[in-house]
Amino acid sequence: MDTTATLFLPPGGSTIAGEVDALFYFLVYASIVMFGIVLAGMIFFGLRYRHRQGDAAAPTAGISHNTKLELTWSIIPTILVVIVFFWGFNVYLKMNVVPKDAMEIKVTGQKWFWTFDYPEGANTVNELVIPAGKPVKLLMSSKDVIHSFFVPDFRVKMDVLPNRYTIVWFEAKREGTHNLFCTEFCGTGHSSMIGTVRVVPEREYAEWLETASNVGSDLAPEQYGERLFVSKACVTCHSLEGKSVVGPPLNGVFGKPVALTSGGTVIIDENYIRESILEPQASVVAGYQPVMPTYQGILKDREIDALVAYIKSLQ
Amino acid sequence: MNTIPEKNFLNATRGWKSWLFTLDHKRIGVLYLFSIMAAFLVGGVFAILIRLELLGPGRNLMEADTYNQVFTLHGAIMIFLFIIPSIPAALGNFLLPQMIGAKDVAFPRLNLASWWVYILGSIFAVISIAMGSVDTGWTFYTPYATETQTSVISMTLGVFILGFSSIFTGLNFIVTIHKMRLPGQTWFRMPLFVWGLYATAIIQVLATPVLGITMVLLILERVAGIGIFDPAMGGDPVLYQHFFWFYSHPAVYIMILPGMGIISELISTFSKKRIFGYTAIAYSSLAIAFISFLVWGHHMFVSGQSQLAATIFSFLTFLVGIPSGIKIFNWLATMYKGRITFETPMLYALSFLFLFTIGGLTGIFLGALAVDIHLHDTYFVVAHFHYVMVGGTVMAFLGGIHYWWPKIWGRMYSEFWAKIAAAFVFVGFNMTFFTQFILGSQGMPRRYYTYMDQYQPLHAFSSVGSWVMAVGFIIMGVYLFHSIKRGRPAGNNPWGALTLEWETTSPPPTENFVETPKFSHGPYDYDKNVPERTI
Amino acid sequence: MDGHEHSAHPAHLAHHFSEPAQQAESAKMGMWLFLLTEVLLFGGLFVAYTVFPAWNPDMFFNAHKHLNVYLGTLNTFVLISSSVTMALAIRSIQLDRRDVSIRYLVVTLLLAAAFLVVKYFEYSHKIHLGQLPGKFYTFTGIEGTNPHVFFSVYFAMTGLHGVHVLAGMSVIGWVLMRTRRGELSSEYYTPMEMTGLYWHLVDMIWIFLFPLLYLIG
Repeated sequence: MDTTATLFLPPGGSTIAGEVDALFYFLVYASIVMFGIVLAGMIFFGLRYRHRQGDAAAPTAGISHNTKLELTWSIIPTILVVIVFFWGFNVYLKMNVVPKDAMEIKVTGQKWFWTFDYPEGANTVNELVIPAGKPVKLLMSSKDVIHSFFVPDFRVKMDVLPNRYTIVWFEAKREGTHNLFCTEFCGTGHSSMIGTVRVVPEREYAEWLETASNVGSDLAPEQYGERLFVSKACVTCHSLEGKSVVGPPLNGVFGKPVALTSGGTVIIDENYIRESILEPQASVVAGYQPVMPTYQGILKDREIDALVAYIKSLQ
Repeated sequence: MNTIPEKNFLNATRGWKSWLFTLDHKRIGVLYLFSIMAAFLVGGVFAILIRLELLGPGRNLMEADTYNQVFTLHGAIMIFLFIIPSIPAALGNFLLPQMIGAKDVAFPRLNLASWWVYILGSIFAVISIAMGSVDTGWTFYTPYATETQTSVISMTLGVFILGFSSIFTGLNFIVTIHKMRLPGQTWFRMPLFVWGLYATAIIQVLATPVLGITMVLLILERVAGIGIFDPAMGGDPVLYQHFFWFYSHPAVYIMILPGMGIISELISTFSKKRIFGYTAIAYSSLAIAFISFLVWGHHMFVSGQSQLAATIFSFLTFLVGIPSGIKIFNWLATMYKGRITFETPMLYALSFLFLFTIGGLTGIFLGALAVDIHLHDTYFVVAHFHYVMVGGTVMAFLGGIHYWWPKIWGRMYSEFWAKIAAAFVFVGFNMTFFTQFILGSQGMPRRYYTYMDQYQPLHAFSSVGSWVMAVGFIIMGVYLFHSIKRGRPAGNNPWGALTLEWETTSPPPTENFVETPKFSHGPYDYDKNVPERTI
Repeated sequence: MDGHEHSAHPAHLAHHFSEPAQQAESAKMGMWLFLLTEVLLFGGLFVAYTVFPAWNPDMFFNAHKHLNVYLGTLNTFVLISSSVTMALAIRSIQLDRRDVSIRYLVVTLLLAAAFLVVKYFEYSHKIHLGQLPGKFYTFTGIEGTNPHVFFSVYFAMTGLHGVHVLAGMSVIGWVLMRTRRGELSSEYYTPMEMTGLYWHLVDMIWIFLFPLLYLIG
């Protein structure tokens, strides 16, 4: 029950995972025993007291109750569940008491991606990078509806609400990558609102933080844009193969006219792309819902330039 | 040979008006029965569509938005239009007065009104489907439900109206049980199905109004933007969740308690044995009904409610589990030293014991705080409530349908096909839903339109299971409908049971009994009586 | 049923009851259960009411000053009086004084209508000032966060209560008709008694609403 995957549980990647799994497997085994008793009773009584053809239809035993027996099967399960309650409560407390030395990362959920703001000024989308062996506290809020932050390998989950903060903390045991899911239904892109948690050694984390704040300076704008297209989750809703996902596809559209829901048409140029990133609802392409969130405050000018250059290059 | 009585409630009056405006509780029960079967069919088609879409990752059949509507409709229809009214309003209506030796329920007009209100509510639900459907999930969580472009108002209005139908039935049953029992039938000589209906009715009357006001506030939120649940306007979305679950958790017991009542009847009848621990079963129904009002917060362990609240709710949740466990052991003990036969209703009762035990035990997982954090909103929860609602309530409902079908129509269905269908349903159900326990604990979130490749084999297996189950239900539909006109006459008491409804003819006359019955023996006195089986 | 002594079944006894007492008791119990559901329906709003003032006590206090206490008090007296006349109507029918009973019912209806008229003036004044729920709120003179929530709660509670007054009036109207047709007497007055219970509940809810909304602090 350490970190390897089992039939029921994915590998455990956090310090709390082992404790959750222990209780989980205690419940599995206790349930198997209880279920076994019920099943054995059904089969045994079913075979033993089966009415066979030719048996006389005589009155049966008038057993109305048996206080001792009934007390036994009331009290034993009660004791069991009280144990389970205290066990679950105990682990739950540990999940909720954030260590004092935890580093804090701000998490924002919105339709349909996650943004992570690190104290040093870097930000990432859909990829949370954390150091191994250090407690991390996430301060989470939503920009629109309720989302829920779930990392199965860490056995942690917490709803992310608009207009208030919720907190979750964990300590990753070793390097590796883990899935991150949204588990509170949030609409069209709910099942694509997934990301990864990348756990790196502490030293590597410090280096990563440094480069993360000025990433892309050594790349050509198109190449940098290509990366941003994935890392800022544009790719969740915009296909590059001409398919309609949530939003319109973006390959081969630059310089072409497009019809808008408001009635007019517009030529897709640098200004239109910029406007669509910062004020997505201003001119929506016909046939699509006005659901794109604004990237105001998430993307810097340099990053918008790179994205424009990248879309331009997709001819 | 058995014959069908010349004059019975089915042919007492003729013409469709005599059905749609009938005041006879049996006819209203039959109207309900057909209505909920239609709802079950529609909800079932949506279920098959869900499983087809989830056969593989990515798009298989429909767009994400369509999928979101389909699972919402599956949930809303199955819960509000099928399971909640299923046992009380259809079987309960048909049987309650017969089981207590009364001519009708206390308020026949209110009873008819309940069915009409049900139809009205269903029409609103259908309108909402026609107007572009709903995509919020059956829980209508705010603020999503106040933002989405889909027709939430019509659906929530439908749910609000359906609530009245439920309240009317519950109120009627409480009064009927209090005031209309046959002289001699004291509280502890009532059949346990009646106890189940009584406990259910209490919840229907006490919890449903809260759902009503919640739906009204949700509608006002959308129409007038009143801001009670809207965080942007100073409201609180978690308050909505409290309101919603204050009804919807007890509602789970509205769904299961009458099912437990049926199981008590079935196990005792087919074991020809006095029910073990009658008093414990009766009181545990009431205990469940009352404790069910105190546990709603266990749906919200990760919602941002306080840790103290979560702890209290977790503790109370375990308490509500105990009476259910006691019942399971009581049913088992009833089989001890019985004279057991395995007709179709008994097979469903045994399926119930098998599946509901799994459903109950996995509920303990979800009640344990630390484990629930991991399992909440994953397929584990989906599997758990299907084991309780389908493995529990629907199995009991099917058992009840097969048990009382000859009483309703006076005719038997094909026992051979019935056993085949029961096997398909049982196997298909386990294939569909046991896999989902594993999917869930492996981290697969619920309400996902697409998923990661690693989850595919189990999802595919689950989908195949849904087809097996569908085959079972199709067979069942065919032989049941065939038997209404063609089945062989069943006689008054095909199973040799002791409750009062078997003393009248099948089908019964309009006022249930030709002569007012006398209360001569308790419902489970198999140690003193060996009633003759008419088939 | 068979062989019991009431040889002639009275016209008001439904076929499935064995005697009038059973029918009357059933009706009474059904009515009390119904009243219970009504209390729970309002219960949801009372919970909302306790939550929001706890978050923004100052706003609630400031906002409530914009309700007209005099009109509220007037309406409280109007409703209590209507409850009294309703009770007197029942008393009169019990004594078989049908004409008196009808007169009391008419007065009850008039008082209920008066309540709604007063409510109409209160509402129209608020609509005029823009003291409206949620997104329709345009008034600016109240200090505190989200004053529109107060008016959301105010309109939801008094609105739902108003709907109940209307429903009560139609039921009283129906009972009035039946009394005039001579269907009710000292032997059978269950409909009027039930209506009375309902009307007292409507009154009672207002007695809770009035201090909670008009007399905070």
